[in-house]
Amino acid sequence: MVLELTKIDEIINKYGADKAFLIQVLLHVQRENRWLSKDALIHFSERLSVPLTQIYHIATFYKAFSLIPRGRHQVTVCLGTACHVRGSPHILERAQQFLGISPGGTTPDLKFSLKSVNCLGCCALGPVMVVGRKYHGKLSVSKVGEILQSYGQEE
Amino acid sequence: MTLLEAARTVGIDIPTLCHHEKLAPYGACRLCTVEIVREQHSRLVASYCYPAEDGLVVKTETNRLSKIRKILLELMWARAPGIAPLREYGMRYDITGVRTIREFVIGYEIKTRFETEPTFCILCGLCVRYCAEIKKKHAIGFIGRGTQREVVFFPKIARKECTGCRECFSLCPTGILPPHYALAEVSSTK
Repeated sequence: MVLELTKIDEIINKYGADKAFLIQVLLHVQRENRWLSKDALIHFSERLSVPLTQIYHIATFYKAFSLIPRGRHQVTVCLGTACHVRGSPHILERAQQFLGISPGGTTPDLKFSLKSVNCLGCCALGPVMVVGRKYHGKLSVSKVGEILQSYGQEE
Repeated sequence: MTLLEAARTVGIDIPTLCHHEKLAPYGACRLCTVEIVREQHSRLVASYCYPAEDGLVVKTETNRLSKIRKILLELMWARAPGIAPLREYGMRYDITGVRTIREFVIGYEIKTRFETEPTFCILCGLCVRYCAEIKKKHAIGFIGRGTQREVVFFPKIARKECTGCRECFSLCPTGILPPHYALAEVSSTK
């Protein structure tokens, strides 16, 4: 689960161990590992000679970073106005029920993370749910389980 | 030289909460906001950060400014009720607490204008900046953002560096650092 420090070193070297690329390095590790562990943050601090306080400052500021493990598939349910009036709260409810977690949570098998957002900018598709990078538009409550199941099975 | 420094050298007092003469300009509390006038247009700037220049017209006390400072003080009061520097400035700008609004009366309870948990930290950053700029220890830092933003000691570093220093304690306008430090001490022994 935890990315090994040698792997992290490789990523840091790719950016020339330059502290100017701190955010790029963090994003890269976040993408590979889906979260930033405490050990990783301490390692960044030592390798890039950036104070640990500053790394935490950045890592807790941007929503792109997570300091807790995230699931393989990020499930995002839109609760924006257009989706809301087309019944997205029911979609979210169904997703919660299927995954057994509430928004912001991650399933214990680390397959899914669930979150709600306030608009994805594709209101014509509403109600919309995004899994990973795939947008599932014009959803009905009955399809949610099926879609999530298909992601749960693939390995 | 900044506007604030220039004003102080000629004895004009501008209220500040996040200013420290040894630290780089920061402008967190915005109490030092002043009006600068250029070609009949006035603009609000933080005097702590704005460089002074020849012939610049600066107003340090106007109705507009006292309104702004009043709101800022109230917001900070909601976070740190009744701390000494806020009481002091409160006298000047006629604030003894957070205003209440009658329309918000629910039952017998009068809701305050700004509903927030008192954290006794106004995020002036004096401790964080002092630790980073003067002591270069980086034992205390900001985490989170928006309303969740807070100041924390980093147990791993604090255990090594803070024992003989604690110079930030006396800088804090609210005096909340000792309990924060105690928390870090407890978690570092775990």
